[in-house]
Amino acid sequence: MSDLKAVIEAFLFVAGFPVSLDKLADLTEADKADIKEVIAGLTQEYSRPGRGIRLLEVAGGYQFRSDPTLAPWLRRLQKERVQRLSAAALETLAIIAYRQPVTRAEIEYLRGVDSGGVLKTLLERHLLRILGKKDIPGRPLLYGTSRYFLELFGLKDLNDLPTLKEFSALDPELAEALPLEPSDQ
Amino acid sequence: MTVDIKLEKFSGPLDLLLHLIKSQEMDICDIRIVEITEQYLTIIDQMKQLDLDVAGEFLVMAAQLIHIKSRMLLPVSEELAEEEGEDPRAELVKRLLEYQRYKQAAQLFDRLPQLERDIFLPQGSGTDLLLEDAPQDAELTISLYQLANAFHQLMTQVKTEVFHEVIRENLSVSDYIAMISRRLTEHSRICLRDFFQSGYQRTELVVTFLALLELTRMRMIRIEQVNSFSDIWLTRVASADQLQQLHLAEETLDYE
Repeated sequence: MSDLKAVIEAFLFVAGFPVSLDKLADLTEADKADIKEVIAGLTQEYSRPGRGIRLLEVAGGYQFRSDPTLAPWLRRLQKERVQRLSAAALETLAIIAYRQPVTRAEIEYLRGVDSGGVLKTLLERHLLRILGKKDIPGRPLLYGTSRYFLELFGLKDLNDLPTLKEFSALDPELAEALPLEPSDQ
Repeated sequence: MTVDIKLEKFSGPLDLLLHLIKSQEMDICDIRIVEITEQYLTIIDQMKQLDLDVAGEFLVMAAQLIHIKSRMLLPVSEELAEEEGEDPRAELVKRLLEYQRYKQAAQLFDRLPQLERDIFLPQGSGTDLLLEDAPQDAELTISLYQLANAFHQLMTQVKTEVFHEVIRENLSVSDYIAMISRRLTEHSRICLRDFFQSGYQRTELVVTFLALLELTRMRMIRIEQVNSFSDIWLTRVASADQLQQLHLAEETLDYE
């Protein structure tokens, strides 16, 4: 297809959400290797100085997004102030992102505080997913991050999370057995 | 020493403790427990004097600190050491280290370019959002939480009547399955909202909802939602013929 580049550009523009390589291959009936090449070309074209839009890989797909440096201008379009995530919310989100699947008791043990309210907020903002129930007494819910979480922070996938300093992990069973309690009782 | 700290600034006792350790330039792995406990208790006391409600978690930590302190002061018998581990601070140190790690992660997250704050997307693009690839049958594309949430919203929209004649309606799930099947034979895709017209009674809503879940379970339809807050769509997966031939005996469904 000679105009594959134009077609893909239009697809991504119109779709608005991150479109995966598989989906693009379905839609264009083109070879994935060719599509990848086209996307690499487009990405480069849009990353030239003087452009306001970037083509980025997000949440397992490709998406046109505004250039971050233009944020002060684009905020003028916002009708209302967007509620920022609080320190407590970010902290909880970080724990879930790196330790998923994780239960509320584990989160509370790690944070040292009740986290029910924060979890509710995060669920309402669609940043979390309930992954199931843990097979221990009480069958507590297991939390993980959602696809929207990746989109919000512009991450390709969970491997794209910033790497943290390594250290010896806590025994999660300890958290389950004694939430918010010292272990030596 | 005077301590001027606002407790609400800290997301929890571990955060406060970490702050105290940092400001004393101590090594987390070698906390001077007596000093830290004293400071920690001073802050908690101040809060109490100001009649502030000190969250229970802060008090739990105070108790743990005192417990550790007392154990450090007591001579260690060999038996006890074996039973409780060598350093009474070990558990706390582990928690502090791990907490510190996630606190740093949270700060990293905050610095990432965020949608609606640093990066923006075209607004209100009314495209066919179902273009998005849904992993075939791997799972429902929306989570149970979202589905329940959508249902809850619909329920709150239904006005509760104060006076009404009580008529026992005999609604059957299979009737509603048949009704939904008919509609989905005509259109292969219907917005969830269209199923719940304003005239619906609470019981009708529940039966419709059950019918939708039942159809999903039978793999006749798929429930999809692309973005948060966007419409939820029902898509026919089975052929129109299959749907029409769907005859259900009420008793096979297990509803009363």
